[in-house]
Amino acid sequence: MHSKTIAELAAGLKKGDFSSEELTKSFLQRVKEFDPDINSFITVSEDHALAQARVADESIAKGNASALTGIPFAQKDIFCTNGIKTTCGSKMLDNFIAPYDATVIHNFNQAGSVMLGKTNMDEFAMGSSNETSFYGGVKNPWDSSTVPGGSSGGSAACVAARLVPASTGTDTGGSIRQPAALCGITGLKPTYGRVSRYGMIAFASSLDQAGTFTQTAEDAAMMLNVMAGFDEKDSTSIEKEVPDYTANLNQDLKGLKIGLPKEYFGEGLNADVAKVVEDAIAEYKKMGAEVVDISLPNSHLSVPAYYVIAPAECSSNLSRFDGVRYGYRCEDPKDLEDLYKRSRGEGFGDEVKRRIMIGAYALSAGYYDAYYLKAQKIRRLISDDFKQAFEKVDVIMGPTSPEVAFKAGEKSDDPVSMYLSDIYTIATNLAGLPGMSVPCGFANNLPVGLQIIGDHFDESRLLNVAHQYQQTTDWHKQMPEAYK
Amino acid sequence: MEWETVIGLEIHTQLATKSKIFSGAATAYGAEPNTQACAVDLGLPGVLPVLNKEAITMGVKFGLALDAEIGMTSAFDRKNYFYPDLPKGYQTTQMDYPIVGKGSLTIELEDGSTKVVGVTRAHLEEDAGKSLHEDFQGMTGIDLNRAGTPLLEIVSEPDMSSAKEAVAYMRKMHSLVRYIGISDGNMQEGSFRCDANVSVRPKGQKEFGTRAELKNINSFRFVERAINIEVERQIDLLEAGGSVVQETRLYDADKDETRSMRSKEEANDYRYFPCPDLLPVKISQEFVDELKANLPELPDVKKARFVETFALKAEDASTLTSSREMAEYFEVVAEKCGDGKLAANWVIGELSGYLNKEDTDIASSPVTAEMLALLITRIKDNTISGKIAKQVFEAMWKGEGDADAIIDSKGLKQITDTGAIEAIVDEIIAANPEQVEQFKAGKEKVLGFFVGQCMKASKGKANPGQLNQMIRDKLK
Repeated sequence: MHSKTIAELAAGLKKGDFSSEELTKSFLQRVKEFDPDINSFITVSEDHALAQARVADESIAKGNASALTGIPFAQKDIFCTNGIKTTCGSKMLDNFIAPYDATVIHNFNQAGSVMLGKTNMDEFAMGSSNETSFYGGVKNPWDSSTVPGGSSGGSAACVAARLVPASTGTDTGGSIRQPAALCGITGLKPTYGRVSRYGMIAFASSLDQAGTFTQTAEDAAMMLNVMAGFDEKDSTSIEKEVPDYTANLNQDLKGLKIGLPKEYFGEGLNADVAKVVEDAIAEYKKMGAEVVDISLPNSHLSVPAYYVIAPAECSSNLSRFDGVRYGYRCEDPKDLEDLYKRSRGEGFGDEVKRRIMIGAYALSAGYYDAYYLKAQKIRRLISDDFKQAFEKVDVIMGPTSPEVAFKAGEKSDDPVSMYLSDIYTIATNLAGLPGMSVPCGFANNLPVGLQIIGDHFDESRLLNVAHQYQQTTDWHKQMPEAYK
Repeated sequence: MEWETVIGLEIHTQLATKSKIFSGAATAYGAEPNTQACAVDLGLPGVLPVLNKEAITMGVKFGLALDAEIGMTSAFDRKNYFYPDLPKGYQTTQMDYPIVGKGSLTIELEDGSTKVVGVTRAHLEEDAGKSLHEDFQGMTGIDLNRAGTPLLEIVSEPDMSSAKEAVAYMRKMHSLVRYIGISDGNMQEGSFRCDANVSVRPKGQKEFGTRAELKNINSFRFVERAINIEVERQIDLLEAGGSVVQETRLYDADKDETRSMRSKEEANDYRYFPCPDLLPVKISQEFVDELKANLPELPDVKKARFVETFALKAEDASTLTSSREMAEYFEVVAEKCGDGKLAANWVIGELSGYLNKEDTDIASSPVTAEMLALLITRIKDNTISGKIAKQVFEAMWKGEGDADAIIDSKGLKQITDTGAIEAIVDEIIAANPEQVEQFKAGKEKVLGFFVGQCMKASKGKANPGQLNQMIRDKLK
């Protein structure tokens, strides 16, 4: 049962092959059995999940079930959940219980789905290996000595190990696509503004976007149907009709124009990874797609621009964690300044502090023009690169990450090398575009992800392109031996 | 040396929206602490601001009233600093693209002349909460009811050169925001307060002196005091060979002094940057035109009209238009009684006197405009004299009914019956032969004595004109 997709499980529930309660219990059992090792969950909400499952079973019995009714999911611990702890992977929020549901959570609840728990993540979503979590690292189910990627490492690992059928994540610079690639599953980051950010704890507001971890593109489409839409509580969510994302999946790819940016296949890309990605593209050619060489000339500026903009926004977004109203407060503060300094000093981890400092510096008087404004200009250039590319091609493809999962501890003392593991994903966030990572093979016995980037609001096409690949290949069906 | 004062004001006026600028929580004053603060106001993790369109509407109205540039695209920025009553660790405000750009305001000075004061800009922002230091031994309480209340910050050019001008500007602005209905202007509740930038320079010098910023002054009287004290302090300092330090100072009304809060060196670097949670606000010309068409008559226009329509003195027209409520009240009285001058005298005189004495405002006056109009009508149709009218007014103020009811129940109707008056006059003349002799000897002043006595005997009900004539005739 644990290897079934959402689509298969939904069909089973509908037919009465099993109940949501049985399904939920069986996945909870797997979490109990395997997660002490993987550490993909921060909170397992067993009672809550079983209660939701029973309600779902009633709905199914009454015939008012929707596509996701009764399906268990794991939610990244960045989404506020009413009454259930929301930590954002930080000591700062280890005691925080939100009094409200994020819109994403609300939408899943409305759909009648079941929340098994909240997944582990890099602290405040800052990291690419899940090693900055206050709750400890997450093991990659393919090789427990390697990292699952980050920041949504827990969400990726639990789906890879089939502890849940699917999960949510957030992607600010690659935090869905990179762990999806490193864990051998399908990850989708929608267009900025497609999914409401309300209740999703902000890292970098102009880049953050919620998305999915699934086994298949079809499952991602089913989840996006529930997640997407305008939300009056989020002024940056976009008032645009939500199509049925499953409707286009079966369209053939004859004549599809795939752009291959030369900048994504150059220096820094692991040769074995490159080979696997090239094979995947060859597969697309077989399906009738046309490949076009393109250039995104400002690609090399995306990492530096990102590491000004994202920290600048985070330095402001994280100011609210001050020990005054909620979250961690230091013991016996002697005055206000001491309260601030020690609460924040003790409550935040090193990577978070590093980014707050970088951001505060970039915004400070005398440096603003040289850093923040300049980065915004670069952001516009990067956006324009994509705009021009999409005049020529339908989708852009390349590797999701320059290499496969790396060893735990390998990069944790070298922030720049860690930052470079998002080199192919960051530009997409700066331009607000949708992107996916689809499993496309293995290098050194570790999964490789193919990145597919689409134009704004072209999720239907992305999902169609990924789904068609998954009809002719079975990389997405591969499971780590230990969790079969 | 002769010194010249330079003053610029930053006025913070609380907008009269029902809900907060970025959340649905209520803005009403005086609720129990933290009962009007929702998740957004508390700055909980994950919450996002949603702009209240009413705040934009009010900002545009203000710009139109000043005939200022309107920010067709305005944007919000974050001003970052830590303070316990600032829940998000930043204030959302407008830095580069304010809702209102350059404009000006004409103020009237005591000598009757006018002066144009430049308005640099006006921008929307959210208010912070309040720190409560009493009732929490050794600790501080935080009340976030006020957090997120919309403010319009109106920044003037440094165009004022005395405390009196600053007060005139502040009063005019206060009147204006209430005229156009964007603020209740309640200064006790902090809905209208200002910061004053004050500097002095030797007369004739072009460059500005170093300024001090006086923070958070919430009454017209305090503004005048605070500026005068600060000017004196700066002059004393400079004349003693010292120099003014650029700093923020606080006016202490109890001690009647200003004292330093923080110097420029200690000032925060606010690290302003565009708020990524809010999109720039674009407004259409149609929207602006519609607001313009529906703008109420503004004080200056109203004043000119009063002078012309009701033949009022400019000074009286100014007083009557100093608040929209008073102007509207006056206009009802004037129209109903058909005598603008009398109406103006009564509103400025008797009514204002009572309002001041009872410390209440015209909106809660127990004597309505309709009641006052009827009273004036009764003076004009000789039912009562002006003197009796004051008595009737007092009774109306006490809630004893309208003019007719009071005149009736108290028997105050003027005696117009010649026979009855004649009887009184004859009686008084007979009783005062000495005064009759004096009058006949040419002492005109004695006439007043007779009128007074007769009036007294009639209990004030005789018609003074009629009485005067009759006494004069009889004494001839």
